[in-house]
Amino acid sequence: MSVVLALVAVCVLAALGYAGGQVEGWRWIFGAVLPYLGIALFLGGIVYRVARWASSPVPFRITTTTGQQRSLPWIRQAKLDNPFTPAQTFGRMLLEVLLFRSLFRNSKFELRAGPRLVYGEEKWLWLAAMAFHWSFLVVFLRHLRFFLDPVPAWVAALQSIDGFLQIGAPEILWTGLILPAALLYLLARRLFQAEIRYISLFADYFALCLLLGLAGSGVLMRYFTKTDIIAVKQLAIGIVTFSPVVPASLSGLFFVHLFLLTVLLAYFPFSKLAHMPGIFLSPTRNLPNNNRAHRHVNPWNYPVKVHTYEEWEEEFHDKIVAAGLPLDKE
Amino acid sequence: MRDRGWILLGLALFIALVTFPLWYNTALGVAPKQLQLEKAKGEACVYETAYMRQHHMDVLMEWREQVVRRGNHLVKVGGKTYEMSLTKTCLDCHRSKERFCDRCHDYAAVTPYCWDCHVSPEEAPVVAARARTADER
Amino acid sequence: MAETTPKLDELVQIDYRPPETPWMDTPVEFRRGTFCYSAAAKNLEYLGFPNPRDWQPSDEDWKLPENWREIILKAMEDRLKKFRSFRLFMDICVRCGACADKCHFYIGSGDPKNMPVLRAELIRSVYRRYFTRAGKMFGRLAGARDLTIDVLKEWFYYFYQCTECRRCSVFCPYGIDQAEITMIGRELLNEVGVNINWAVEPAANCFRTGNHLGVQPHGFKDSIDFAVDELEEITGVRVEVPIMKKGAEVLFIMPSADYFASPHYYTLLGYFLLFHHIGLDFTVSAYASEGGNFGLFISHEMMKRLNDKMYREAKRLGVKWILGGECGHMWRVVHQYMDTMNGPADFLEVPKSPITGTVFDHARSTKMVHICEFTADLIRHGKLKLDPSRNDHWNVTFHDSCNPSRAMGLLEEPRYILKTVCNHFHEMPENTIREQTFCCGSGAGLGTDENLEMRLRGGFPRANAVKYVHEKHGVNVLSCICAIDKATLPPLLEYFVPGVEVAGIHEFVGNALVMEGERERDTDLRGTPLVKAAQAEGDKEEPAHA
Repeated sequence: MSVVLALVAVCVLAALGYAGGQVEGWRWIFGAVLPYLGIALFLGGIVYRVARWASSPVPFRITTTTGQQRSLPWIRQAKLDNPFTPAQTFGRMLLEVLLFRSLFRNSKFELRAGPRLVYGEEKWLWLAAMAFHWSFLVVFLRHLRFFLDPVPAWVAALQSIDGFLQIGAPEILWTGLILPAALLYLLARRLFQAEIRYISLFADYFALCLLLGLAGSGVLMRYFTKTDIIAVKQLAIGIVTFSPVVPASLSGLFFVHLFLLTVLLAYFPFSKLAHMPGIFLSPTRNLPNNNRAHRHVNPWNYPVKVHTYEEWEEEFHDKIVAAGLPLDKE
Repeated sequence: MRDRGWILLGLALFIALVTFPLWYNTALGVAPKQLQLEKAKGEACVYETAYMRQHHMDVLMEWREQVVRRGNHLVKVGGKTYEMSLTKTCLDCHRSKERFCDRCHDYAAVTPYCWDCHVSPEEAPVVAARARTADER
Repeated sequence: MAETTPKLDELVQIDYRPPETPWMDTPVEFRRGTFCYSAAAKNLEYLGFPNPRDWQPSDEDWKLPENWREIILKAMEDRLKKFRSFRLFMDICVRCGACADKCHFYIGSGDPKNMPVLRAELIRSVYRRYFTRAGKMFGRLAGARDLTIDVLKEWFYYFYQCTECRRCSVFCPYGIDQAEITMIGRELLNEVGVNINWAVEPAANCFRTGNHLGVQPHGFKDSIDFAVDELEEITGVRVEVPIMKKGAEVLFIMPSADYFASPHYYTLLGYFLLFHHIGLDFTVSAYASEGGNFGLFISHEMMKRLNDKMYREAKRLGVKWILGGECGHMWRVVHQYMDTMNGPADFLEVPKSPITGTVFDHARSTKMVHICEFTADLIRHGKLKLDPSRNDHWNVTFHDSCNPSRAMGLLEEPRYILKTVCNHFHEMPENTIREQTFCCGSGAGLGTDENLEMRLRGGFPRANAVKYVHEKHGVNVLSCICAIDKATLPPLLEYFVPGVEVAGIHEFVGNALVMEGERERDTDLRGTPLVKAAQAEGDKEEPAHA
């Protein structure tokens, strides 16, 4: 149900984008006004979101330790899984952010007759997640060729590394295949794995469908319908130099692509996609496990009602005496 | 513990990275430009200009297919017959690779592999001419 | 075992298919054996908690204050402002499901709301409804729902079906920690007087007497004296255990079960033998007579209130540093909360082993050292005279307790000790130990008998791994460093793997320690005859009989 709704929502958005490219008065709105709005919401939204998280303190250092602690010098510490110093913590975060270290641990279990529980490797989720995120990054960076003039050598280089097969023009890019494939896997997982389907919300399907729409329209444009990329670059450069132009030769599909991107930008900070900045603030990962060596300060630490020794001694005075235990005040 | 400094630094870095195109273009004084392509020699292109802008690579791929794999050399478009040849037909009108093809390709960082084999008559007239005579023989 | 407890083959008929109805439309059912009883009014009153009354979770009417919803939402807003963890964990979950099958309660029950992701969604859905714009505008489409009495009941049921073990947090790509969400969820429930007695009564006891079991000073003294007498009987050595001795070098704090329950008690004997063996100048206290902290299972405030006794007593007695016994959640509190809550302990000194001279630099601020760290250091420096063959009748495996492994990283120290004092040691499968260890299923205040079925379900993955090494290597004892483990693993193993006992690390240390002036031992600390003693009959050691 949610998936149908999400699919419909993305189709409606795509249609809206297409219409935006056809109706004369709308082209300016969809080609310039909304993209600016999208970018503003994206940047402002992320700042707002992060500031909101940051406004709540981290009262306790609640590192999740996933390896041997640093204790005695002759015991080998798992420096990246149980960091003690800021540098080690930085290393741990790098692994999390760049290689999805925690997700890499993923396993699955099976209950067999006996009863016997067996555990196995389960790397597909990790693989799909890596494939999706890294391709997305490469695609994002590749698109800089539309935003930068002249195109820096590294963008061109990235593009040529990404290209793997020239059976025609333009050459086929790895990421153009991997990105949609990874998204389809992630979607299929939600649809066909019963327990994942059970936990999936509209928002989960919507994000996947939106990204699929974005990637799909891009692939379609590059390999099949083609578009006037000089006009695309004029529009892109126009946006980032604050002198927007909406050339007449832009295709309808391009407007679909642009509008889905606009929606993604605006939606990003206010949805679960905010996990991108969020991961950096996660207190179970970004803090060193050095609690006993360095005191962590809780800004709102407040005095609480306690049972002092004196009160205790008073209450149990006779029993303490009878047991022959020492009293504090004789 | 609020780590305000780190968070601000991270945000600043993020925004700086995302708005990179703005700094880059501003620093270089870039503006959206109308590309000045060299005027072609002939009257009209094989297909309409607007179509060619989006699909010239498709046309060239189709021509290659016809010539190299199927042995057809001529194509009739709108009552006119053309030889399906980049060098002889396209480049005959668009004399300069540098002032025509490369203008757009460089702008959009497109690196077609046409020039692995073909040469432009303007930039390498001798080679081009030799290719032509060899062809005729 | 309670009558209602299902038979083993019934219990393991686990259906992992989620129900037909969406989870928001599937209300909770309070089935006997799967929930804990409410906290008694007297305990709430004693601790000054709100809404003390007579009620049970299975009642239709929970007798909540009229404005319970406002209370909860206000408390939620407060926690969102106080805990970045909470706010972040409410926002960034993508429901990837990596945590789903990592929870022992999910594996053992198949109930999808025991998938950490969904357990968190129980509260996230309410967060969205009242604290996010999308939730306010789009309601259910945005994954939001109203806070109703049914939702509250669901919170109670599932937040008390989480042992705060943090296994899910190991696998979460963003480090979302269900333990943190459960802790805050329980705090919210506490605000309207919804708690369980098994957590609140120990807390009330501890606040008053100094320990969860409510042992008063004279009872404490008796227990210690009894242990000293028993040790003399077994070893012929009379150890000294100073109680509340001012000016001792080290204050030793252990979980109260160590001196009041079995098999914990044998660990206590082990500690005392060790301290005597090395001549440690230590003392124990009847006031700070609890290492554990059931406050952790109620609220941050209650945790702080109970933990206060440790530093307070250390200061009063004028000791140099504190040594802590074998207890799991105690070390979560000591390691991750104590210094922040009740420190700085500037009246103590950086812990230094008086025997080896090792400075425990990693504990230089909190000034509290885990006994496994302490003992491992002693062994490493060759300060202990050991005869591991006295543990030859034990084939040992080690159960990493949740908190020392995932909230501290104390993994190698206990293993090093075990491998030195025992000759037969086998690890359980990789996915079930160290940072991936499975909970006993009874932590976080859930170890009560009325909850037995759920405890067995939660403990199933642990028991299953024990069964594996029991069958493969003939393991006959499961060692651990947690008082809750020692209390709740025996019935678990009796149910799933009869024939495997439960013991603390320092019980084996005590068995192996060769004491000066001891008589030859016939049994180990728990009275099991030694292999050597039995064989020695016809051996060269007693040539007189030959």
